[in-house]
Amino acid sequence: MRSKFYTPFLYLLSALIIIVCVFPFYWAIVSSLKTGSDLFKVEFWPAHLTFSNFIEIFKEQPFGHNILNSVFVAVGTVSISLMLAITASYALGRVRFRGRSALLLSILSISMFPQVAILSGMFELIRTLGLYNNLLGLIFSYMTFTLPFTTWILTTFMKQLPKEIEEAAIIDGASTLTICTKIFLPLLWPALVTTGLLAFIAAWNEFLYALTLTVESQSRTIPVAIALMTGASEFELPWGKIMAASVVVTLPLIVLVLIFQRRIVSGLTAGAVKG
Amino acid sequence: MFKGRSSDLTKSRTRDAWLFLMPTLVVLFLVAGWPLLRTLWFSFTDTSLSDLKGGQFVGVDNFFYLFEDSTWRQSFKNTVIFAAISVSLETIFGLIIALVLNAHFKGRGWLRTAVLIPWAIPTIISAKMWGWILHDVYGVLNEILIFCHIIKEPLAWTASPKLAMVSVVLVDVWKTTPFMALLLLAGLQLLPQECFEAARVDGIHPLRVFWRVTLPLLKPAITVAVIFRSLDALRIFDLIYVLTSGSVETVSMSVYARQQLFDFQSVGIGSAAATLLFFIISLATLGFLMTGGLKQDK
Repeated sequence: MRSKFYTPFLYLLSALIIIVCVFPFYWAIVSSLKTGSDLFKVEFWPAHLTFSNFIEIFKEQPFGHNILNSVFVAVGTVSISLMLAITASYALGRVRFRGRSALLLSILSISMFPQVAILSGMFELIRTLGLYNNLLGLIFSYMTFTLPFTTWILTTFMKQLPKEIEEAAIIDGASTLTICTKIFLPLLWPALVTTGLLAFIAAWNEFLYALTLTVESQSRTIPVAIALMTGASEFELPWGKIMAASVVVTLPLIVLVLIFQRRIVSGLTAGAVKG
Repeated sequence: MFKGRSSDLTKSRTRDAWLFLMPTLVVLFLVAGWPLLRTLWFSFTDTSLSDLKGGQFVGVDNFFYLFEDSTWRQSFKNTVIFAAISVSLETIFGLIIALVLNAHFKGRGWLRTAVLIPWAIPTIISAKMWGWILHDVYGVLNEILIFCHIIKEPLAWTASPKLAMVSVVLVDVWKTTPFMALLLLAGLQLLPQECFEAARVDGIHPLRVFWRVTLPLLKPAITVAVIFRSLDALRIFDLIYVLTSGSVETVSMSVYARQQLFDFQSVGIGSAAATLLFFIISLATLGFLMTGGLKQDK
């Protein structure tokens, strides 16, 4: 059935897709290794390699600080939302009670609603709590999208666990908390890694709240720091440095994704297809 | 088990379930419910950013302002056009990539890895990377197109009024098609293999199999993916804010609302724009639910 024409076509198409997907990142790497007028020449491999862009972003601006901020905010957001979501998803995934479907649906709809819809209310709340320009304020505001998301995905994973283990535990007189934390939690480790990773990426990439709720360059996260990077004048963007910064923060993310790609794919599809 | 004991058990499990849910529900109310209510309130006041407590109730004035503001109407048009075009393109390309990923050939792993790269790159960074590729003077895309004799003069991709929206759609399609492809691939892998084997035994042309068997069977998965992406596309902010600095030709409803809130300091009008976006997205969601796209869990 597989014709002679079919397989070469498949390879050609795959090659095209790979080039389109990878080229922009490749171009960012090439551009980050050039400075001065070299940057404005189109060469597919730089004639003069230089790492000065990479050195300058750490020297001239608090980029190292920005990376630490992003790590702190993302790790904090993921830990808190996973902790809250574990018990919530047990209740939603394993216990049948009135109003469960409505609750699940409203949690899903919170994760779908536009961030800007609560922006002014969030700004006021963060101001009132004294968390403006504070990383804790960012963690607080990121709960709006990571918590519904982790709850939703963990619920689908909770539903897949076998019923027999739970029934045996109930007959043995185990309390609901014991079942959740001592029996189900160890079984859920793979799911927790997947969900945590997806939430981490979402928090790492967030822009709107980070832009709105911080003001000093010291307290910015990476996306905001890169978006607001300016050069000597307002109209001259330091493209070499912007590309260097982009490469620095994207490389670990890509490595992470490549290591965990099977898990990520299963997590993404668990959230959507089974919904 | 005796009936009485069983219902006791059910009762205590239901009570535990609510106890387990409480922390999450309280946090969700605090971070989402309360700010949403406050934003709704602000949209009926003339609050300014410098004095958040000093706003006076002005009824629906802010909404009338928006309907008369040509920039808001433009932002509405832009958002709808952007969502329609980018989601359609992403569905078509996503389907192609999913079909290729679903075929069995050597080196398929490389393709999947490559496809995940645009998805993993933060939106802000992909906007900057493409901003450089699309640069009007030094951009590599212009160089390539001139080299291939497709265009004669360099184009101002992100700055010219005609091309700015094209650029935004281009970058969004590049960034989010992989997500679409993965969702559709998962759908493809759930399809019953017997149908395809039967078609193969009968010697039916692959294209015919695609139109008559694959596509109809895949429809539920496509619907879910399209809904997810549409709701996401309607709230677009990051890409437009960075790639075209929210110029009038590309301003989206989210960008407009933030401009009003923080650049023009009018929390009342900005909140009204945000509330309107919220209602538009809720209506879209309801519409999707009505047409039976998202099936509720039993």
